[in-house]
Amino acid sequence: MTQKEWPLWEVFIRSKQGLDHKHVGSLHAADAEMAIQNARDVYTRRMEGVSIWVVESKHVHASNPDDAEAFYDPANDKVYRHPTFYEVPAEIKNM
Amino acid sequence: MPEHGHKTPHLQEHLLNIPVPDYAPELRQLVFDYTLQLADTSLILGHRLSEWCGHGPILEQDLAMANIALDLIGETRSLYQYAATLEGKGRTEDDLAYLRSAVEYKNPLLVEQPNGDFGDTVMRQFLFDGFHYFLLKALKHSSDQGLSAIAAKSFKEASYHIKWSSEWVIRLGDGTEESKHRMEKAVGNLWMYSGELFMMTDTEKQLLEAGILPDYTSIKQQWDEHVAKVFSEATLEVPQQVYMQQGGKMGKHSEHLGYILTELQYLQRTYPGLEW
Repeated sequence: MTQKEWPLWEVFIRSKQGLDHKHVGSLHAADAEMAIQNARDVYTRRMEGVSIWVVESKHVHASNPDDAEAFYDPANDKVYRHPTFYEVPAEIKNM
Repeated sequence: MPEHGHKTPHLQEHLLNIPVPDYAPELRQLVFDYTLQLADTSLILGHRLSEWCGHGPILEQDLAMANIALDLIGETRSLYQYAATLEGKGRTEDDLAYLRSAVEYKNPLLVEQPNGDFGDTVMRQFLFDGFHYFLLKALKHSSDQGLSAIAAKSFKEASYHIKWSSEWVIRLGDGTEESKHRMEKAVGNLWMYSGELFMMTDTEKQLLEAGILPDYTSIKQQWDEHVAKVFSEATLEVPQQVYMQQGGKMGKHSEHLGYILTELQYLQRTYPGLEW
């Protein structure tokens, strides 16, 4: 065996039908099937989930923290992008 | 970490509310004996698996084995509680687990075998899981309400166990030269204990006649098919013509059970009646 360490996987759990999968952590596994089983054993022991996604960590591409200013600050002063300039009719309850 | 507002289930929720069946004393004794045998089996295997806790090959499998151990101990508790109810002499689940001697334990020899290496543990689990899974599947339809209720609950867990152990047998058998060699060794160590699972004791035969137990021949057939399929994928050979060890289900155990009970029962034997 040349590769001693199993690859790392990111685990996403949906806690209830209708909700989104949320990132809950990571684990090691030899392949996707084992990753799902391991996720079941590590992250759903206390009824946390109804569905599991796993993605090998190397496939996740993240933004660079050094880019934070360039990426996010420009949105700061653009209040007109928020849909807050409308009167919501009284009949509409859930918004 | 439990989420906010998530209630920790209380241990007592394990209690199943099963009405006491209206059996003649002989039949009641048979069902009691058999329920104890199932409980002993799950307890000893659960205890063996729990010995891995903190020693697993990787964190994820350490937890997987601890989870299976907890499933088995949960099943054990339901069974001992049902047995205690059937007996009706005031003994509790704890009395049945902690205050009986090795000869009174009726688990098959397979489940008391030492953990060995991870391959041995996986193989022991695999040989047991097939039996457990197909037995519970049949017991769900038992005319005995207690056994069928417990089987229905544990069957879901056993369905995961059989998946876990089958995949590991395939992964290791059809893995590296080293892992294959170890799995062949594990088959050699443990196969001789698989036959006893299907040998019907007098108690089991009488319960079959009473319509409470399924015929083990059909369970053995399903087990054979499952084992053949998994072994073939795992490139392992199914042993032929092996002399089968037996005795555990009649209370004749290997030396291992004494050591297990010494550890398992230590606290209650040293401090009788001690509570949390």
